[in-house]
Amino acid sequence: MPDCVIQTRELSREYQLGSEHIHALRDVSFAIRRNEYVVIMGPSGSGKSTLLNVIGCLDSPTGGEYWLNGQEVSRMGDLALARVRNREIGFVFQTFNLLPRATALHNVELPLVYGGHSARERRLRATEALARVGLADRMDHRPNELSGGQRQRVAIARALVSRPSILLADEPTGNLDSATSQEIMQVFHRLHADGQTIVLVTHELDIAAHAQRVVTLRDGRIASDERTRSAA
Amino acid sequence: MRLLEAIRMALRMLWAQKLKSFFSLIGVLIGVTFLIAVWSIVAGMNHYMEDRIANRIFGANAFQLRQRPSFSTGNITREEWLSWRRRPRVSVADAQYVAPRIETPVRTAMYCVDRVSISFGGKTARDIDLIGTEPEYFNIRDYAIASGRAFTVQEMRAARPVLVIGDLLAERLFEGVDPLGKRVNVGGIQYRVVGIVEKQGTMFGLSMDKFAIMPYTSQARRLICPINVLDELLVKADNPTSMLVAMNEVEALMRGRRRLKPDQENNFHLQTAEGALEGWNRVSRYLSLGLPLLVGISLVVGGIVIMNIMLMSVTERTREIGIRKALGAKRSDILGQFLVEAATVSTVGAALGIVLGLALAFVVRELSPLPAVVAPISIALGVTLGVLVGIVAGVYPAYRAARLDPIVALGME
Repeated sequence: MPDCVIQTRELSREYQLGSEHIHALRDVSFAIRRNEYVVIMGPSGSGKSTLLNVIGCLDSPTGGEYWLNGQEVSRMGDLALARVRNREIGFVFQTFNLLPRATALHNVELPLVYGGHSARERRLRATEALARVGLADRMDHRPNELSGGQRQRVAIARALVSRPSILLADEPTGNLDSATSQEIMQVFHRLHADGQTIVLVTHELDIAAHAQRVVTLRDGRIASDERTRSAA
Repeated sequence: MRLLEAIRMALRMLWAQKLKSFFSLIGVLIGVTFLIAVWSIVAGMNHYMEDRIANRIFGANAFQLRQRPSFSTGNITREEWLSWRRRPRVSVADAQYVAPRIETPVRTAMYCVDRVSISFGGKTARDIDLIGTEPEYFNIRDYAIASGRAFTVQEMRAARPVLVIGDLLAERLFEGVDPLGKRVNVGGIQYRVVGIVEKQGTMFGLSMDKFAIMPYTSQARRLICPINVLDELLVKADNPTSMLVAMNEVEALMRGRRRLKPDQENNFHLQTAEGALEGWNRVSRYLSLGLPLLVGISLVVGGIVIMNIMLMSVTERTREIGIRKALGAKRSDILGQFLVEAATVSTVGAALGIVLGLALAFVVRELSPLPAVVAPISIALGVTLGVLVGIVAGVYPAYRAARLDPIVALGME
């Protein structure tokens, strides 16, 4: 499948928690095409966050294969994984995970610092990314001077700034009120319309309604994989 | 560019946590302060000792033919001391035999000294060094005449009672009166003041101007030396090499004159500034051995403190490390960040230590007669040690930070 951004084959992730052996993922095989908008759902403990972390190269699978843009990520070493995280993946967290002491601009510049871009290019691209999420006028604010919604938009700008193949979001509205959640979902919607591939983990049904495709996990396995009506 | 940025980031971090930063750099600060201050003071002492002893007391490239050393260097046994005292004294005849036979171009002066009282118009100055010598003495000691003149060879041959006095004596006896031409009483003998030597200043707080110089032939010599006997013959060459040649010549001449057999030791002593400096050199050597130990201990302690605080910092900033890793920071990026931070803390400590050390040296110079001399290399060494201690202390914490698993660091497990 030439158009696939992500492809997994019998992906599994096991933990040893004390004497207990936990299968967080069991033989997960699926593919995500370019410009798809996928939501992963499931009750807590179903493995949806683990799956997202593995796709985001924050966690490594203990079995199976994971291909990202034709490269087998599951065989990569630490250095190559860092490069993939930097260039191919944009990650948005539930708790924003911004550096508290840095300005919005500096937070957004950070992935470009590790990408080895020049200071001028960093500034240019970070400014542009902040403008895309509607925060052009908040660049010099620190996270504690921003509202929750604004913080999450800074985090989205940071995830976008390195022009990743895929944008991953782990419960991005989990810490926000419903009005702000709608705002954030609009941002994702717009990005998808611009051609961005998005994978979003949530347990809220109304959030899932934004997506083209909903994958449901249960006990580390794919329970269902449905195409919904195309988002209008 | 990346490095500058990392340093700027580290400095911002340091500034944000001033108290913690201060505690983390205090060990290095103390170590480097010691290094700079002690080094500057020892270097100053060296300079001072060489300048004052070698050049002022002896004259540069000068040595003395004596019965026995006038400076005791190290431990001398009673036997040694007694054997020195049994030696024949250097006589006027010895000096008159040796001086014209030295082939190396040198200046020589016979020399006798002792403490006497000198009085003028009801005032008496006690404990004045009365020196009996030849006119060449003024050249050997580099004495400039402030007013009047030195005595002449003719006056010496004629044993004239003429006196050239030091600045302190001029001040004490003649308050406001011009001493030139005045007659002073030296042990009951009338002497005429013909010149005043330029002020020499002090050494270790003692005046170097408490002296009077007369022809060694003149009458008051019986106050300071037995007849026909000298304290020493001063010999001054043009450069250190010819001084050594001249010393060999004098040794050979004296051994020949005193008919010493090859297996017999010299029964005279050739004293150089180096010999006199030996005691100081030993002290200075101990200091330069002790200094690295002192500085080393402070730096090791400083390094351990920095390491602990960095380990704390890594724990506190686990989440930050996780974020950076999630955004694509390589292990080497994180390692570099924490190494630069440790090195920056330590270097700032070293820089403050240099400032403090210089201030301390400056205070010592102002409050004591010791001149502190700042050695540029000590500053370079201070900075280098600062950077080095930081890097060494930072390695382990930085390694711990770099090895953190992003998932664990972000607390997403």
